[in-house]
Amino acid sequence: MIPVLVAVTFIIFSLLHFSSADPARIILGEQASGEQIEQLQEEMGLNDPFIEQYLRYASSVFLEGDLGRSYLTNRPVNEEISFRYPNTIKLAVSGILVAVFIGIPLGVISATKQNTVVDNSSMFFALIGVSMPVFWKGILFILLFSLTLGWLPSAGYTTWQHMVLPAITLGWGSAAIIARMTRSSMLEVYRQDYIRTARAKGVREFFVVNKHALRNALIPVITVIGLQFGFLLGGAVLTETIFTIPGIGTLIVQGIRTRDMMIVQGGVLLIAMTFIAINLVVDIIYGFLDPKIREQFK
Amino acid sequence: MGKNKDDVIKKKFDDNVVGPWKEMWFRLRKNKLAVTGLVVLILLILMAIFADYVAPFSYREQDLLNRFATPNATNWFGTDNFGRDIFSRVVYGARVSLRVGLISVGIALFVGGTIGAVAGYKGGWADTLFMRFMDIMLAIPSMLLAIAIVSSLGGGLTNVMIAVGIGSIPQYARIVRASVISLKDQQFVEAARAVGSKNSTIIFKHLLPNTLAPVIVQSTLGVASAILAAAALGFLGLGLEPPRPEWGAMLNDGRHYLRDYPHMTTFPGLAIMITILSLNLLGDGLRDALDPKLKD
Repeated sequence: MIPVLVAVTFIIFSLLHFSSADPARIILGEQASGEQIEQLQEEMGLNDPFIEQYLRYASSVFLEGDLGRSYLTNRPVNEEISFRYPNTIKLAVSGILVAVFIGIPLGVISATKQNTVVDNSSMFFALIGVSMPVFWKGILFILLFSLTLGWLPSAGYTTWQHMVLPAITLGWGSAAIIARMTRSSMLEVYRQDYIRTARAKGVREFFVVNKHALRNALIPVITVIGLQFGFLLGGAVLTETIFTIPGIGTLIVQGIRTRDMMIVQGGVLLIAMTFIAINLVVDIIYGFLDPKIREQFK
Repeated sequence: MGKNKDDVIKKKFDDNVVGPWKEMWFRLRKNKLAVTGLVVLILLILMAIFADYVAPFSYREQDLLNRFATPNATNWFGTDNFGRDIFSRVVYGARVSLRVGLISVGIALFVGGTIGAVAGYKGGWADTLFMRFMDIMLAIPSMLLAIAIVSSLGGGLTNVMIAVGIGSIPQYARIVRASVISLKDQQFVEAARAVGSKNSTIIFKHLLPNTLAPVIVQSTLGVASAILAAAALGFLGLGLEPPRPEWGAMLNDGRHYLRDYPHMTTFPGLAIMITILSLNLLGDGLRDALDPKLKD
């Protein structure tokens, strides 16, 4: 995990290092003279070789947990991020909960009622969910539930009511992918001999589905859920923008607009780190769920 | 009559008279949803190519006295905050979106395919090196990677295509690598090696054409993802420079007038959804046609 983190830091640092934004110019403003800019560049170490600058950044990130200072406000990036990060995590977690609690039952129902109206409508719902861009879903929800019906607020992130529309907006697409995956995985498990044996023994269909089939079908679905979490972290940038949520996503977008690359770098890095940590957790859960994997490490 | 024809074709498959591509086409055209997706996609491509003839107005032509007009006989989708015809902008927007989708997938396919083919064929250190690098790229959510690349390179059509393309490279590398590994020990590759073919000839002439089936499916779905990613960048204001129409940017413009003029967001949104839906239907159909076991 550590080498991946170092490599990710390197990629993000390199990308933003070679951007056209000059930190000294951003800090001093357009009125500053060439001399002043050169002096600040020297002070900030911007004229040092690229590798030296990267090593300085990486050591401050990994050894001190310091993501630097905003070029515009001069406040520590950690401070800017710290109160926004919980909102982004809350949003991504509520999104994945929506996705799991809609996607898995939908996939199971589709598989048990294969090729019926229920199956076709569930899969159509899933297909629409995948095909609609997150930001359009958000706009339509605001139009319907906030502006027309007045049921839910369209901006902010303080009460549970504020969390409903963003969670559904973000989670629907992933619910669709999880539903499709659960369906195909369940159909594959249904063909196994042990399912036929369970039915032959007279086990009730409810238990065949939930105890015998679903537990095994869920193993590949867990991987998809982990991947979807990463997708939701990326999608959070858009959802936060639509619902004006003070999260890492809106901070990154604001950083790009003001060319404050230190903020962009810190935000992207934190989300990438979160994604890597989640993948690790998914791998561990995978080991718990699948006895074959557990055996490999004994 | 139709059933007899199907039986005749099935018999041809069994006798190996029909090639695998014809067999795929036969299966695909029986899938009504996939055919619908294909037809819609062809119509969208034609609309993009002949945008100059299809669109009744220029995408930049402003009519400030006719701002925010709701859909009517002259302006089928209404007009925007500058009085520009939304239908014309949606039509021209198809040109941008499809171009971004196709070219960024082309970039990802070329780079990712080459990396995957070399990693799979050579194995050893080349495989470890390339695929670890792909794993690292996958550790960054693709949307964020695209945002970071565009913020570094700046907006504009070319940079958006590069950003979206780079984000998709690992997927193609993985697919091609898996196919090449399963193929490289087969007899036709050994035969090519035995007659003294160079590694590059074996990879590009013998191996890659045989990996086409999964790559085609992934590319079809990949174009959909690329269009969505480009629209997302446009929505965030990181895409094309105005006044060039881009569906995501049009949605973002319309968002500010949502309460009073929802038509400004409805039509670009529908355009994105229809395009993505048709690509997904076609992609799913192609996957079923190439691997009928999945459908059964």
